[in-house]
Amino acid sequence: MTTLVLAHQGISPAERLKDAAAVSFVALLLGIPMIGLTTVDQGGALRIATRWPMLFAFVAACFAGRLLLRYGLDHWRLRKLAREQAVAAAGARSLATSPLLTWIGWGALGVSLVLPIVFSDNRYVVDTATTVLIYVMLGWGLNVVVGLAGLLDLGYVAFYAVGAYTYGVLATQLGWTFWQALPVAGLMAATFGVILGWPTLRLRGDYLAIVTLGFGEIIRVILVNWTELSGGPNGISSIPRPSFFGLPFKPPGDDPTFASFFGLEYSPNQRIIFLYYLILALALLTNLFVSRMRKLPIGRAWEAMREDEIACKAMGINARNVKLSAFAIGAMLGGFAGVFFAARQGFISPESFTFNESAIILAIVVLGGMGSQLGVVLASLVLVLLPELGRDFAEYRMLIFGAAMILIMVWKPGGILSHREPTLRYLGGGKQ
Amino acid sequence: MSAASPLLSVERLTMRFGGLLAIDDLSLDVAARQITGVIGPNGAGKTTFFNCLTGFYKPTIGSIRLNHPQRGVMRLEELASHQVARTAQVVRTFQNIRLFPKMTVLENLIVAQHNALQHASRFSLAGIFALPGYRRAEQAAMDKAVGWLKRLNLIDKADTAAGDLPYGMQRRIEIARALCVDPLLLCLDEPAAGLNPRESAELNELLKHLARDEGIAILLIEHDMSVVMNVSDHICVLNYGRKIAEGAPLQIQRDPNVIKAYLGEEDADEELHPEAVQP
Repeated sequence: MTTLVLAHQGISPAERLKDAAAVSFVALLLGIPMIGLTTVDQGGALRIATRWPMLFAFVAACFAGRLLLRYGLDHWRLRKLAREQAVAAAGARSLATSPLLTWIGWGALGVSLVLPIVFSDNRYVVDTATTVLIYVMLGWGLNVVVGLAGLLDLGYVAFYAVGAYTYGVLATQLGWTFWQALPVAGLMAATFGVILGWPTLRLRGDYLAIVTLGFGEIIRVILVNWTELSGGPNGISSIPRPSFFGLPFKPPGDDPTFASFFGLEYSPNQRIIFLYYLILALALLTNLFVSRMRKLPIGRAWEAMREDEIACKAMGINARNVKLSAFAIGAMLGGFAGVFFAARQGFISPESFTFNESAIILAIVVLGGMGSQLGVVLASLVLVLLPELGRDFAEYRMLIFGAAMILIMVWKPGGILSHREPTLRYLGGGKQ
Repeated sequence: MSAASPLLSVERLTMRFGGLLAIDDLSLDVAARQITGVIGPNGAGKTTFFNCLTGFYKPTIGSIRLNHPQRGVMRLEELASHQVARTAQVVRTFQNIRLFPKMTVLENLIVAQHNALQHASRFSLAGIFALPGYRRAEQAAMDKAVGWLKRLNLIDKADTAAGDLPYGMQRRIEIARALCVDPLLLCLDEPAAGLNPRESAELNELLKHLARDEGIAILLIEHDMSVVMNVSDHICVLNYGRKIAEGAPLQIQRDPNVIKAYLGEEDADEELHPEAVQP
């Protein structure tokens, strides 16, 4: 069996050498002008110098690199083939939960709970972790629309903006607090979700993507131009920060503050840590909510709609309601995240809600594996931390970012976690 | 045909797509608790007829009346496709199987009970907190799904993704899923396509059982004559959108118009053998 497979998949050593020689020949051709010849400044005049040893090293490196790559690829293909055969022999793929994933999930929760305690003096770490959590929450929200209901939404940032501006306006003009504004902003975003949903009910795939892309831009352009409400390009500033059950995070003054109430020494990091735990709580609530919705009839209808809309209709499911509910709930979660964003930054402007944000959130959902909750966490970590870690590489940072995304898509075309957990099982008494 | 008024009566149904007359003045009655076969060469308008019946197309002219035992006479041509399944309880399967491939077999059957469950979940509020009323409804849906899976010999595959199963099994899953909607009238579009002889023999038994014992009327589009002739109580033959013959299976097999439509002019005296008409 193995030899047969080798004959199909592998190539002989002579062929490998030939292949590597061809590649190094191209490298040589390219290398002569690019590496072999160089200009040197000699007393004001430019002269051409040669660097043959360097060129030789480059070509040799290409030769060796190509050999290794070829060998690696063949090896990888063989292993993949063997794995597929093993799966085929074992019958249809099993849908059992991998215990590893469960452990990763609990591990991530544990780390996120203790992180600000360990790094309580390091504002940068807690701030970055807060940003990751905002994207996790946005990813979980968009996962409802894209991952579960299969509606490709390129304008998700619009709902994020609606949430943020609702809180911004309510707080600065009417003096509402964070907790009062949170449900209202969620409802507002959900309403906008339905407004976007109605005209796009009949659209799917690329067409839907274009309309949602336009919707995201419309919201942004409105925010730039409606100066009386949104402050135009200047945005809304001095948005009040959330308080701890009415206790503000301020240096000690006349009113009781968080620090004075608990008899702690005031530190600006207290607010940062509070914000971190706040978004952690919001994100975990979102996760619980979405995971539970997925196991309800409406969640199963979302997934069924993604799989086959016509079959859904033939089963008596009202496609309009199912789609609108997915848009509304996804938008509501985005709105909540927006409120938090406005409260954290204290300042919002249309600059924060460009298409770039939508693209990153969508990338988180797709890269994580459509519909996978844990995948969203892993993808958020990759997409937020990679540019942060890449700061040392300055201008190459986005290059590394792009290359990493391409590598993930080549390595795991279905996303980091493409595994789908059934919403209920027959074995083991019936209930999940 | 039973003496009582028919379950479904189609009158002067016409469906026109631009210059193409897909269904031309078709009138047909479907009796309760019986199997009615619809046959005809490719392109005769059989699937278009199903699409009109189940609300996927709006017929150009004509009426489709369903005599619902609880809800009275319903005009199917006025209902949207999901209402046809939900309120009129006319449920269909598809010629090219349309399952929810990434969901498990059991989930497929639970999705088919969406409306009952969604009602019990009270806009998901009762569902989200798993209140007793919702839990009972969920258990009932589960029991119904498991019941059909057991009877259709699919219970071993309940937790397997539907798209990973062999073709013949997918056909049965689609029928099981349609049965979970509690159909009065089950419209099967080529359920035997791609089945091996043993599987189609099993299908025959299942269809007979559903009509006789469960009281479900069945409308059956099928090319496999061993199925149609064996199970149908009544057969309607379409050609170029027109009804060219109607009657009991034996009558249809001898009908000169049917033989002409299937085999051409010359061999008009040849009998319609099951083997001869296989596509």
